[in-house]
Amino acid sequence: MSAIVDLDGVTFAYGDTVAVRDVSLTVEAGDFLGLVGPNGSGKTTLLHLMLGLHEADEGSVELFGRPIEEFDDGGRIGYVSQKATSRGGAMPVTVRECVTMGRFAHAGRGRLSEADRTAVADAIETVGIGDLTDRLVSELSGGQKQRAYIARALASDADLLALDEPTVGVDAESRDAFYALLDDLNDEGITIILIEHDIGVVTDRANRIACINTELYHHGDTESFVESDALAEAYGTTGQVVHHHH
Amino acid sequence: MSGSSSADGEAAAEAIEGPGRGLRRRAELAGVGLTGIVAVGMLGFLLLYWAQDLPVASDLYAAFRSLGRGMDAAFGTNVFRHPIMWQSMAVGVLVGVVAPLVGSFLVHREMALIGETLAHTAFAGVAVGILVTSSTGWNGSLLLVALAVGILGALAVQWLTERTDAYGDVPIAIMLSGSFAVGTLIISYGDGLTGVNVEGFLFGNLAVVTPEGARLMGALSLIVVAGVALTYKQLLFITFDEQAARVARLNVTGYNTLLVVLTAVVVVGAMQVLGVILVAAMLVVPVAAASQVARSFRETMYLGVIFGQLSVLGGFAVSIGFGLPSGGSIVVTAIAVYLASVVGSGSSVTAVSAHG
Repeated sequence: MSAIVDLDGVTFAYGDTVAVRDVSLTVEAGDFLGLVGPNGSGKTTLLHLMLGLHEADEGSVELFGRPIEEFDDGGRIGYVSQKATSRGGAMPVTVRECVTMGRFAHAGRGRLSEADRTAVADAIETVGIGDLTDRLVSELSGGQKQRAYIARALASDADLLALDEPTVGVDAESRDAFYALLDDLNDEGITIILIEHDIGVVTDRANRIACINTELYHHGDTESFVESDALAEAYGTTGQVVHHHH
Repeated sequence: MSGSSSADGEAAAEAIEGPGRGLRRRAELAGVGLTGIVAVGMLGFLLLYWAQDLPVASDLYAAFRSLGRGMDAAFGTNVFRHPIMWQSMAVGVLVGVVAPLVGSFLVHREMALIGETLAHTAFAGVAVGILVTSSTGWNGSLLLVALAVGILGALAVQWLTERTDAYGDVPIAIMLSGSFAVGTLIISYGDGLTGVNVEGFLFGNLAVVTPEGARLMGALSLIVVAGVALTYKQLLFITFDEQAARVARLNVTGYNTLLVVLTAVVVVGAMQVLGVILVAAMLVVPVAAASQVARSFRETMYLGVIFGQLSVLGGFAVSIGFGLPSGGSIVVTAIAVYLASVVGSGSSVTAVSAHG
């Protein structure tokens, strides 16, 4: 297995406030990594460091085996930001237009090819929103929006999906269906990094857990995380993992 | 979702939207096509006006003049026989096309104030131009100086926003009033040096448009249309989801810079007929009207251009008919179109919900 993301001693601060301190971890191909930690613990910052949205103050980041500053194959990453999904903006963009953006990392200046269109249509079918293609994204429910964004990532042929709290504001039923979709995608070999505040969901789905609160408290398989004290240490409480059974 | 319910959904969607959608698309394409023909016709006039002394062009130009006299006779006006009016209308028509094109991205990035800021920067450019021409005897175009200063202003705004919070309104407000202050100072300093009509640049005036200004607008329009056409996909992605566009390794800073520079270009061209104070309206109001009723981003652009054109032509009619300033007439017409689209979108929502 090869490393998709490799962090080595990464530190990042906003001004004087250190958000991530000396974090080293590796995400292997095919992993489903759950990134957990209390509010303000640096989860999103860490994800941004992995994707090159922030530049590390210290340490090094590699994506797909290349130093992050040299990495230029953006089509390999599908990213759904916290902002994108919570955004209630009125910009009139259809589901088809949104998913088509996934091809833009590949298509240059010219028109989209037939292959691009096929990739878009396939991605829309895969996530099960074929009946919504001409609807505006702003009019979709939270769960439908999620699927549209995932379809955008799939359309780009991403082999890494990075999701930042994708199910905020999504009802329980849609959330289960959404995570089932992620499981399927992971089974097909897509690497997933998921930030999720509900630790029960993460431990049910992910095979690896990284638990951070500025520093890395745990990084390893899910079983060892559940048995460890990392959660209590990171959260500073005696928290316990609650499993969901639906 | 099962296949049958998905098929039902599509059938239902088609039943509701199918024929109406096709008709709507044809109407939009017809509107955009018509707008394109008018714009190309106006570009053709500018070329003809420029080349009127050349052998073939002179005949065509004479034919065009007699067409203008015929129009005046038909409408009972004293407008279309004057090439200077056609030249102003050409600038207006081109503004009606390019301003909503660029505005579609600005509005949805919540950068509407950038247009206003760059207009004030361009005004400082006009002031600099006046000072230079009056003190050195240089006989260049004021608009070219305004264009240069406007583009520098655009780069400064971009630089400021990159170093402060993204498109926070404080650096933009500073830039807006700061450049206008510099403009007024320069104009007061050079008071009496020239007979240039500064008010024309402030409020927009059909008579401000010079042949050079009209030709510059023609050239700038081609640059803007080509710029937007070549970078449509990237600008759309960045406008919709800037972070995801960064992750996809689009050169977000580069495209942002391109967008503000294109805005400066539109603003300088539009300043002639709209005036510094009103120029931002054409970047914003037709797009806001289009966003009320559009069912996709592409449709927003199409409708924005159509609404922009309606505003310009309607505004010219009001301006000529009542002898009022062109800028105010165009903007008030644009706002009337906007209000109509707000009312229209309300009734279309009612119509859709009536389908259950």
